[in-house]
Amino acid sequence: MNRVMGYCDRWTAAPGETVRFMVSCLGGDHYDAQIVRLLQPDAGPLATPFRPEPVAAACNGTHAGRHQAIPIGSLAAVPAHAALRPAGSFTLCAHVFPTTPAKGRQAVMGTWCEASQTGFGLEIGEDGALAFRVGAGPGRVARISAGAKLSARRWYFAAAAFDAERGMLTLWQEPLSDHDFHPEQPVVASAPAAVRPAAGGALTFAAWSTGPADGPSCWGGLGFAGHMNGRIDAPRLASGALDRAAIGVLAASPLAASLAACLMGAWDFSRDMSGDAIRDLGPWRLDGVIVNQPTRAMRGHNWNATETDWTRAPEQYGAIHFHDDDLVDACWHPDFAFTVPEDLRSGVYAARLTADGFDFWVPFFVRPPRGTAHSKVAFLASTATYTVYLNNRGRFMSLATERYQGRVMVMDAIDSLLIEFPEMGLSTYDRHSDGSGVAYSSRHRPLQNFRPTGRHWNFNLDLFIVDWLERLGGDYDVITEEDLHREGLDLLAPYQVVITGSHPEYDSVQMLDAFEAYLRRGGRLMYMGGNGFYWRIAHHPSREGVIEVRRAEGGVRAWDAEPGEAYHSFSGEYGGLWRRNARAPQRLVGVGFISQGFDKCSYFCRTQQADDPRAAWMFAGVPDTLIGDFGILQGGAAGLEIDAVDPRLGTPPHALVVACSENHSNTYELVAEEVLIPHGATDAVINPDIHADITFFETPQGGAVFSTGSIAYAGSLAWNGFDNNLFRLTTNVLNRFKDPTPFPMP
Amino acid sequence: MYGFDKTRLDLAREFRANPFGEHSPDLQYLLNLLRTPGPEPFHVLLLDRPGERWVLATMEPGRSSPPRPTNVVFTDLKEAEWHVFKLRWARLAGEEPVVE
Repeated sequence: MNRVMGYCDRWTAAPGETVRFMVSCLGGDHYDAQIVRLLQPDAGPLATPFRPEPVAAACNGTHAGRHQAIPIGSLAAVPAHAALRPAGSFTLCAHVFPTTPAKGRQAVMGTWCEASQTGFGLEIGEDGALAFRVGAGPGRVARISAGAKLSARRWYFAAAAFDAERGMLTLWQEPLSDHDFHPEQPVVASAPAAVRPAAGGALTFAAWSTGPADGPSCWGGLGFAGHMNGRIDAPRLASGALDRAAIGVLAASPLAASLAACLMGAWDFSRDMSGDAIRDLGPWRLDGVIVNQPTRAMRGHNWNATETDWTRAPEQYGAIHFHDDDLVDACWHPDFAFTVPEDLRSGVYAARLTADGFDFWVPFFVRPPRGTAHSKVAFLASTATYTVYLNNRGRFMSLATERYQGRVMVMDAIDSLLIEFPEMGLSTYDRHSDGSGVAYSSRHRPLQNFRPTGRHWNFNLDLFIVDWLERLGGDYDVITEEDLHREGLDLLAPYQVVITGSHPEYDSVQMLDAFEAYLRRGGRLMYMGGNGFYWRIAHHPSREGVIEVRRAEGGVRAWDAEPGEAYHSFSGEYGGLWRRNARAPQRLVGVGFISQGFDKCSYFCRTQQADDPRAAWMFAGVPDTLIGDFGILQGGAAGLEIDAVDPRLGTPPHALVVACSENHSNTYELVAEEVLIPHGATDAVINPDIHADITFFETPQGGAVFSTGSIAYAGSLAWNGFDNNLFRLTTNVLNRFKDPTPFPMP
Repeated sequence: MYGFDKTRLDLAREFRANPFGEHSPDLQYLLNLLRTPGPEPFHVLLLDRPGERWVLATMEPGRSSPPRPTNVVFTDLKEAEWHVFKLRWARLAGEEPVVE
């Protein structure tokens, strides 16, 4: 069977701009491509029929295809240099924190090439102990092992020396004290070496080269293997076979002046922490790069808890944590391109890739020409949230998902791809293979959960909002959070109304500032979801589509940041919940995350405040008490993740709650940040705090906010062919928000 | 209720009548027990047609092997929940719950 997958180089394109598509065939040599406009999700017989609208494009048709591998696993690399080819004796050292020492051979540092068996390499051996090898080609390799297993998650000082004159290898493996009572002892081992290492190529950390890549390469046209899980701190390289005392001088910080005659390289990973460069403090300035986004701003071997902010004590954060499942870019070769026609309407589009009846979708967004707006209304696609959720693999790995969701898990053929091909990488909802949390996510790879089919969540669920806007005549522009982060208020200012997605959970400070400025200038915001504006994120300083999340202190989270690691490497900002950054979502949109549950959705009950003249207009034609007691998503408009008002956290005092949800199930539990002292009243059956609030309030200069407080809300818009009270309520709000007549502050 | 009790057919009846939504404390306890992650294969549903047709499949925890479909097909998610519930009950009790 032939299957296909792919991704594109940009998510937002304006007319005249080009989107490039990278494609890989799985078991075949051809595929079909068709550019389509997406008008609704694929949501079954109760929803608007799924009818992607074909778009004329030169790239439509059958293409020759081929398999493209994904070079997963991170490393750091220093380009080949004469100084890295010692003619005689040499010594290297580093601090090493292995996290899976028992998984088999793993590289720490060196110029070792597995294909040619040349160069030198400090590594973790098959036996779980440090090892050192030098090679001059197949059958001409000398190796030594420390012979004592490394323990996971402990710091070691590692050093190795090659004595060319004596033909000797020496290896030191020294555990470092870490406030525990571990019985490990330092080890030093020596062995004869009858070979001299042949000149290697690049110096690499946490992986070794396998020679020229047979397919996409993540760096230098090379393939890599032997990826290490764990941290490396302060690696250094010197000429001469140093004894232990001299190695102590080599490892010392700051660098000793006495090293001037022998130092070959001293890499300080705490320099230029936010970007991809690694800096060499040695005389040759052998700078390099990180590859596949290992985690930076990690506690080093010398972290002493006097500082938790790496920007204030970078010297304690000199470690990089490498993982064998890090991935920032699949590095595939482009296969075809689509240039957005000048007259193409702003909207949600996709390349539909098909092979033997297997469909794979590569969505993208067409915005209006830059600097213009074609409508009073903008739908703001939650691309930041889409990004951090991309390829959420962990949810398929055990019954744990069913336990908190209260339903047997449903998956489809594209979800199966992610199981079958783990090299598609992880989401920030996952843990790495060594158990550490995934802090970065990238869209530069094939994506399993960014499509109009499958589970209704994020992008797919947001297409219910697009469906509604299409029903109203299609008078809207589509803009993205990726552009919002970069352009700020400029992106929002032309619009009378901005409509969010169903789950705009992740925001940078630039994004929040833009929302706030927009509202202070009379803008109208329809927050069409739940659990929005919850986590702080940071964007890669130079590479679009790469986002960092530090899951610090509090919050409903798949992993928690380790001590002292709550500050983003990309920005230096304190991560975690916006609530813990004194900008709780209630301040911006009146409501904030209170609970989640995934077994059954409920309904809203109209409140007395709905009759307030300030809000009564939105209920024109809506005489009902119950709102949204129907829906395509588990039977109701209130559910999945829900928000409530909380004046303590910033809900404006004049906010009107026009409808409240009720009757949620046991799976709806109070969010962790609301449970300081554990108690038994944490599910919705016994805790009335767990409900969603539909909320409205006015902002200065005539603006207003309408918040639905529920992810499931959008799934009820199209119910009964759009003939329902929730559709009328929401449409009344949109129509009033489009009217420039100012909303007076009460 | 602090363990599995195969005589509690009332809980099976409650689940069959209402697999989603509010459950009694004892049923919720039982469901948490039945849904405890472990090393055994677990059941998932493969989406065949959205909102219309699902195929029962099994997954190996933590593995890189895709779900293995069975020949059991559902056109109603409540029936799928009940089917899986009975299989899990039978694993503990040695037989499926017999309820009217």
